[in-house]
Amino acid sequence: MIMGKAIEINTPLSKDVIKTLKCGDMVYITGAIYTARDAAHKRMAEMLDAGEQPPFDYEGNIVFYAGPAPTKPGDAIGSIGPTTAGRMDLYAPKLIEAGLAAMIGKGNRANAVKQGIIAHGGIYFAGVGGIAAFMSQCVKKVDIVAFDELGTEAIRRLEVERLPVVVAIDSEGNDIYDRCNNN
Amino acid sequence: MREIHVNEITKAVAELCIKACTIVAPDIRAYMEKAIGVEMGVAKQVLDDMIKNQDISIERKMPICQDTGMVVAFLEIGQDVHITGGNVADAVQEGVRRGYEEGYLRKSVVADPIDRVNTKDNTPAVIYYDLVPGDKLKITVAPKGFGSENMSRLQMFVPANGLEAVENFVLETVTKADANPCPPIIVGVGVGGTFDYAANMAKRALLRKIGSRHENDFWADVEARLLEKINATGIGPAGFGGFTTCMAVHINTYATHIAGLPVAVNIGCHVNRHEEVIL
Repeated sequence: MIMGKAIEINTPLSKDVIKTLKCGDMVYITGAIYTARDAAHKRMAEMLDAGEQPPFDYEGNIVFYAGPAPTKPGDAIGSIGPTTAGRMDLYAPKLIEAGLAAMIGKGNRANAVKQGIIAHGGIYFAGVGGIAAFMSQCVKKVDIVAFDELGTEAIRRLEVERLPVVVAIDSEGNDIYDRCNNN
Repeated sequence: MREIHVNEITKAVAELCIKACTIVAPDIRAYMEKAIGVEMGVAKQVLDDMIKNQDISIERKMPICQDTGMVVAFLEIGQDVHITGGNVADAVQEGVRRGYEEGYLRKSVVADPIDRVNTKDNTPAVIYYDLVPGDKLKITVAPKGFGSENMSRLQMFVPANGLEAVENFVLETVTKADANPCPPIIVGVGVGGTFDYAANMAKRALLRKIGSRHENDFWADVEARLLEKINATGIGPAGFGGFTTCMAVHINTYATHIAGLPVAVNIGCHVNRHEEVIL
């Protein structure tokens, strides 16, 4: 039974703040975060390989693995929530190495991602999948940053207020999903 | 011969898509309200957030989950029904197109599995037709998200493997899936038939109400036993640990070949969307 502490944090994240967050903590994020999922990650990795300028500054920032539903008139954004993080495992170590501080997704990660997190003092947050109407209410402002043509998969800069997540892999590599391997 | 115009079908499908994606079914709601009492800490918070989410999606008429799925439509067409005004498949696809546009639902379908260009209207849906007695048309719409769909599996066992293999396969599938299909899940199982029919039965098993039992006591016991074993894994709500991993195990069975024992497991997430109407 995980009884994590409730902690408020602001973006961008410093390595010192990340170090204080422990596996199982319930964290509320306020500030700017960036959405990117499958198609955007493929392009971000290609841009890194080609030595091109990244679509946004990775240093200290958080990527949210999410593709929102369409926005209704008058709303900031449509329903939005984390997608399965494992599909981004191929790309994540490269981005962490390039300075990315944190990821928000759902589900377990490959060992290479965990090793990248430990090596670079990063962190992986898990959101609850399927509470996307609730999460949309935490989003106050949205700007498309890159790859507009990808539609829901475009990179968006979100200004969020108290977005609820849980520390799934902390900077020391403690993993919330290990409880299954223990069974 | 009763006549049903295709426009009625289109209208019904559009409404069902929106309803299924924005209003969580009462059986799921009731289950969660009960489950919250047995959880503590993060697990309790997760269930609480899920219930809050269900309220917000209804109040603001927005999708429960951003992944509003690929639509699976089941049409049970009475033998005494004559569909007029056009092609029934076109009518269903048009309903999906309208529902996803009018409901601000995400368009998540790509035209080719490798080329992957989005069709931008969430069509085509997967459609199944059953011919049944009577003069009614029952339409069920089940928009399927792929967090859970990707965790589903099928295995062709041999008869000697028996029940033990069936149960182990279900458990192994759920354990491997872990947090990915958004627990608490519903597990649909198809046992018997052919390769394709086992998968079809597993999909249809997700449409059953939570708490319903297989009509045969032997299989109803298997359902109950598997439910208990899955909840003993400790995966918990959202996979953060806890007692509430699975809301129901539904098994559908059918006759099979002397040489075979097909088993399919289709996992439904904690919103497990499906809505139906009878025209």
